[in-house]
Amino acid sequence: MLEIKNITKVFNAATVNEKVALDNLSLTLEDGDFVTVIGGNGAGKSTLLNAIAGTFAVDEGTITVDGVNITKLPEHKRAKFIGRVFQDPMTGTAADMWIEENMALAMQRGKRRGLGWSITAADRKVFKEMLTRLDLGLETRLSTKVGLLSGGQRQAITLLMASMNNPKLLLLDEHTAALDPKTAEKVLAITKEIVEEQNLTTVMITHNMKDAIAFGNRLIMMNAGKIILDIKGEEKKALTVEKLLSAFAKAGSDGAANDRMLLI
Amino acid sequence: MDFLNWLGSMPGAAAQGLIWGIMAIGVYITFKILDLADLTVDGSMVTGMATCAMLMTAGWNVWAAMGVALVAGMFAGLITGFFHTFFKIPAILAGILTQLILWSANLKIMGKANQALPARSFDVLITQLRKYESLVYLFVICVVLVAVLYWFFGTRYGMSIRATGCNEKMSRAQGINTSFNKVVGLAISNGIVAFSGALLAQYSGKADISDGRGAIVIGLAAVIIGEAVVSKMGQNFVIRLTGVIVGGIIYYVVYQTVIFFGLDTDLLKMLSAIVVAIFLAFPEMKRRFFSKKTVIKNKEAA
Repeated sequence: MLEIKNITKVFNAATVNEKVALDNLSLTLEDGDFVTVIGGNGAGKSTLLNAIAGTFAVDEGTITVDGVNITKLPEHKRAKFIGRVFQDPMTGTAADMWIEENMALAMQRGKRRGLGWSITAADRKVFKEMLTRLDLGLETRLSTKVGLLSGGQRQAITLLMASMNNPKLLLLDEHTAALDPKTAEKVLAITKEIVEEQNLTTVMITHNMKDAIAFGNRLIMMNAGKIILDIKGEEKKALTVEKLLSAFAKAGSDGAANDRMLLI
Repeated sequence: MDFLNWLGSMPGAAAQGLIWGIMAIGVYITFKILDLADLTVDGSMVTGMATCAMLMTAGWNVWAAMGVALVAGMFAGLITGFFHTFFKIPAILAGILTQLILWSANLKIMGKANQALPARSFDVLITQLRKYESLVYLFVICVVLVAVLYWFFGTRYGMSIRATGCNEKMSRAQGINTSFNKVVGLAISNGIVAFSGALLAQYSGKADISDGRGAIVIGLAAVIIGEAVVSKMGQNFVIRLTGVIVGGIIYYVVYQTVIFFGLDTDLLKMLSAIVVAIFLAFPEMKRRFFSKKTVIKNKEAA
């Protein structure tokens, strides 16, 4: 489904601030894979997601989604294949627009936006059904500005939006990190439900080791722009925090060891 | 008698207010919907005036002349949009550059610094010689404009322009070409501004190279006044656009009134700018005022 081949991204090249954010990284995801990504600050996790989403162009390498080479496509054209949820709840939705307007924007992702009326009665019915299933009481508030909602509610709506139109790929960039533990748990539960129901190929960055172990069928750990651990299949199912830490110690370079505190 | 004189100046103030209200709707599209401060308008306003005046004096029909003025304005917006999105020049600077380009372009359009468009010699739609008739035409134009914009920004494409101004990152993640939308928004905005310029040239019977100076400030003043007037009346787009036009009228009624009371007209632009500055400073002042309060409250709570 996703095939990343030898991508490299260097920020501030040829300056004192030069940073190799992605270092000749390759990763292949099968259809329906749910990968959790962990790693210390500056390991390149978000850079990896942004490279896939097209926030910037990579310096080298290719990115292929479902057989389509998207390496050179601008961000808005890649959106046809990719649903995204960001760390900051403010980023994924338009605060000054209504819930139904936000959802309609997402429903038209990857389609031609013509001069037809933006939201039809049929659309509203679909939105209501989707919101009812969230069980957050949002189904009666279609014409509420999203900016008036809590962070958790906004992330839940962003998740709905990201999963509309059967994206080939769902990218979750620490989407529960800004939420309180209880809300984070709820949003994670919603995430799991949506991903499983639609069998979405998903990449989820998290700072929480337990979540990284509990969710998905594959776990990768990054350090200094490289994948230093890749655990899948039965090994992933049997994974515990202790096993992960010891594997981490074995795989980890000096830099990774320093990041250890951040991970626990 | 003074009061009657003042009252007599009101239809003229209302007509000018409607013209500038239309111009302010153009400003509203960039400033409020796209969240860009576009200074192109000082130039595109005059482009509209000059184009209309030259074409009409060359014998063109008034509607055709206004149509070409609108297209010329859109083209000006296109240039600013291109500077901003393609070359990544900050919007304000891109607008200033285009404004300067337009100063020369406007001189070339007219071939001189000003062009008379006397209503007695040409078949203009509106003129200060026929204030009430002009008011009716302007009112109808405003209604049509608000209706068209309500429709446009309610379409799927129009909604994607609103999203672009609201949250660019989110818009791109939802597959919206935000650069293209900004260019389109700037073109529509400046088209409307030039159209209002075409109306102003007819109404005042002339086009002058310096007529657009400070237009952005008057437009912003109308937008801000309008917002204050309709803020309690809900979020409806029609109400908001109507508010902007009402803001233009209020601006000109106040303008005529202070002139009537003998205010030195040299000071008018300064006063307009100060009024706009105060309103723009208001949210920040409010924030400081309120944040202070919460700090004190927290201390009390602790």
